Amino acid sequence: MSPAPARPGLLSRLELGGAVVAAAVLVAVPLVAAPFQTITVCYGLVFAIAALGFNLLLGYTGLLSFGHSAYFGMGAYVAAMLVKYLGWTSMEGFLVAGTIGSALMAGLFGLVCVRYTRIFFSILTLALSQVLWSLALKLFWVTGGTDGLRVPTPTLLFGSLAPTSDKMDFLAYRYYYYVLALFVVSVVVMWLIVHSPFGKALQAIRDNETRAEFVGVQVRRYRWIAFVVSGAFTGLAGTLWVPLNGLTTPDILYWPFSGRIVFFVVLGGFKTFWGPILGALAYNYLETYAVGFTVYWQLVLGVVLVLLVLTMPQGLAGTVEALVRRLRRPALT
Amino acid sequence: MDTLLIQTLNSLFYASILFLIACGLSLVYGVMRIVNMAHGNLYAFGAYVAAWVIGLVADSLHWTLLFVLLLSGAMAAAAAGAVLEPLLLRPLYKRAEEYQLLMTFGLLLILEDVMRLLWGPHPLTASALSDALASVSILGVTYPVYNLFVIVVGGMAAVGLWAFVYRTRFGVMLRATSQDMRMASALGINVKRVYVQAFTLGCLMAGLGGAVVMPISGAVLGMGVDALILAFVVVVIGGLGSLEGALVGALIVGFVRTLGITYFAEVELAVLYLIAAVVLFVRPAGLFARA
Amino acid sequence: MSLLETRRLAKAFGANRAVDGVDFTVRAGELLALIGSNGAGKTTLVNLISGLVRADAGTIVFDGQDVTRQSIHERIEAGIARSFQLVNLFDQLSVRDNVALTIFARQGKTRHLWAVAERDGAVADEAMQVLRQFGLEPRARMAAAGLSQGERKLLDVAVAYALRPKLLFLDEPTSGVSTREKAPIMDVVTSVVRQERITAVVIEHDMDIVFTYSDRIVAMHQGGILAEGSPDEIRRNEQVTTTLIGSPPPS
Repeated sequence: MSPAPARPGLLSRLELGGAVVAAAVLVAVPLVAAPFQTITVCYGLVFAIAALGFNLLLGYTGLLSFGHSAYFGMGAYVAAMLVKYLGWTSMEGFLVAGTIGSALMAGLFGLVCVRYTRIFFSILTLALSQVLWSLALKLFWVTGGTDGLRVPTPTLLFGSLAPTSDKMDFLAYRYYYYVLALFVVSVVVMWLIVHSPFGKALQAIRDNETRAEFVGVQVRRYRWIAFVVSGAFTGLAGTLWVPLNGLTTPDILYWPFSGRIVFFVVLGGFKTFWGPILGALAYNYLETYAVGFTVYWQLVLGVVLVLLVLTMPQGLAGTVEALVRRLRRPALT
Repeated sequence: MDTLLIQTLNSLFYASILFLIACGLSLVYGVMRIVNMAHGNLYAFGAYVAAWVIGLVADSLHWTLLFVLLLSGAMAAAAAGAVLEPLLLRPLYKRAEEYQLLMTFGLLLILEDVMRLLWGPHPLTASALSDALASVSILGVTYPVYNLFVIVVGGMAAVGLWAFVYRTRFGVMLRATSQDMRMASALGINVKRVYVQAFTLGCLMAGLGGAVVMPISGAVLGMGVDALILAFVVVVIGGLGSLEGALVGALIVGFVRTLGITYFAEVELAVLYLIAAVVLFVRPAGLFARA
Repeated sequence: MSLLETRRLAKAFGANRAVDGVDFTVRAGELLALIGSNGAGKTTLVNLISGLVRADAGTIVFDGQDVTRQSIHERIEAGIARSFQLVNLFDQLSVRDNVALTIFARQGKTRHLWAVAERDGAVADEAMQVLRQFGLEPRARMAAAGLSQGERKLLDVAVAYALRPKLLFLDEPTSGVSTREKAPIMDVVTSVVRQERITAVVIEHDMDIVFTYSDRIVAMHQGGILAEGSPDEIRRNEQVTTTLIGSPPPS
């Protein structure tokens, strides 16, 4: 077999076509689907943003974080606290504050975490996220403890779109498109980042840390920046998630949620740009329908994860990509 | 004075449990270079099995025999380890490290729900054991004898494991493999067997920890991950892969926890990780760093 | 004129004094061969100068500035680059991106998060130019992992060369390839180095290659410098021939 060609950096015609079709489908969802289903997709888009952020570390920098619940939860709690203590109602206010808040948290945790790689990195991210969880749980006079904090539906577009009396309807139309727009922005921004010289430097660090240092890439500093960017994306997702859920509890900071983000990305395939998005949407769809059938959802997830690792380490997107490549170049194999 | 003694005993009690969990985590890492994310769940598994077995026969056996049955938890965890390593980890040794972590994480999810499936959402316990031993008076302080028993078990485990690793033929093979797996293999050591034995031994210790803590705190869902998080602090402070480190780390964390529960309950975990972070800045590989 | 001078440079690993008070000089413009048996301290010396390992004692003066305490990054900016004995590449990146990344890093562009790397025509052209010099142009789009061993050795040198260093260390550029491939690799590497007037230090075991390609030779033994001189001087130096080559000089 001939060696696999390196992936071309720019959008292939196939990718571009796929992206256009996917965008058209996502725009049409609220027009054809029931509000309940639209909201399900909306959750999926939110998780996809988190997964994109996470994969900047795993897929592009080679760092596996088991603690991304911290940044998702930070985004959510910042919004909730702004409501509780300052009476804010504007979604844009939440987004700015939530993203900055989670980026700061990632900046702080990152100072410790990026000094390590591999297993140590994974342990530290998990552990630090659990510190945050324990604080949210125990400092109940600030965070509401296990009851969490309520977040009423916010106003959109600098107060010009106030929530309507039919909350479901508001979330399934206006808020859905709001999330979709931010999702598209996130995808474009992340696509730019991974294809920028900075993104190449991260991939170089992933492939060979020592050599990266010897071509003049300051490895630790770049890792830290990637960590902060990753945390900011995940935090943005957390802030967008709050109005959908109407409530934030320490569960969102707890380790199984980090595991869920890991799961999105491995399911979709962490070696491709689109994999995490596909994984998040697919997971969310499956969960919505499977939880009805079984209370042992974690068991299902665990078994699927084990099977993925053993038999399909490339994930959904990677497997599809390999199939497409094989179909397109039958003569070269 | 009285409080000081009680605090010290409580700290030693915590440290015993933490050592039983952390030594296995460290041992497995030292030999196989894998951090088993599901390690805490094997500890929980030990607790559940022991509670279940003792619950079955508690009425028909004399209480002294029930102590022997605590070993069932350790045995069950060891058996689980002996099956899981060859089945799920062995196929991954040649793959990137991410996959090994993902695999043990998948195991963590599975074990958590398997325990729920088998024993339901409610805690199990066997307080007959801790009740049977009542309390004694030490230097004018009354203290539950069962807690002293746990301290003794922890101490014996530490000594036993040390002797096993440094004084037996198997220990030599274990250390050789952890130094240089390829060299060990070239010298005729069956590395596959050493791996499964090390993994099983690690699970045995974790299961024992779960079994002995069970009469006090019960077998509860979620106890595995809570334990894992604390065991991480222990090994990060002590140095991953070092048994001495696990012991010292367990003592440090045990004492800080006891103080924490009294004086700063809300931020106890945060303080522990602050200590771990400071240790990491000063000695990046932990206090007892391996080469 | 000397480009690099070390003074009493020392590094010990435990009881092993790998580099033991070495005064090592590289003259501007020369192609210097660093020879010595395994464990003589050649690679440690290069590791010390390039910044991979910190010196226990002594100083390193490069191009007029003391770089002894500088980070790897600062030494690269000063103009020191190196290749590796065991090939160190970015395996999942394309051959061109391996070189392009180096150029981005050299130009400080790896700090750019918004520019599309592929759209930087100047960098792409320069990367292709470098690949052409090393005969790797036809492989530009292939993942680095897919290259042959000889090509990987060349790319390793090309990546270091793309930093446009003043001083280039080549740690055994022909190790791990067949005897037949050694000369072609050295031909390509030395022609680039001479054409671009880069000062180069080559660590090499193969004496034929050393005598054929170098201007000057420094022989190391047990952490110290045993002898230095022109290829002819070294060839006639009995101390060198008996300790390092192990046979009388060819007549």
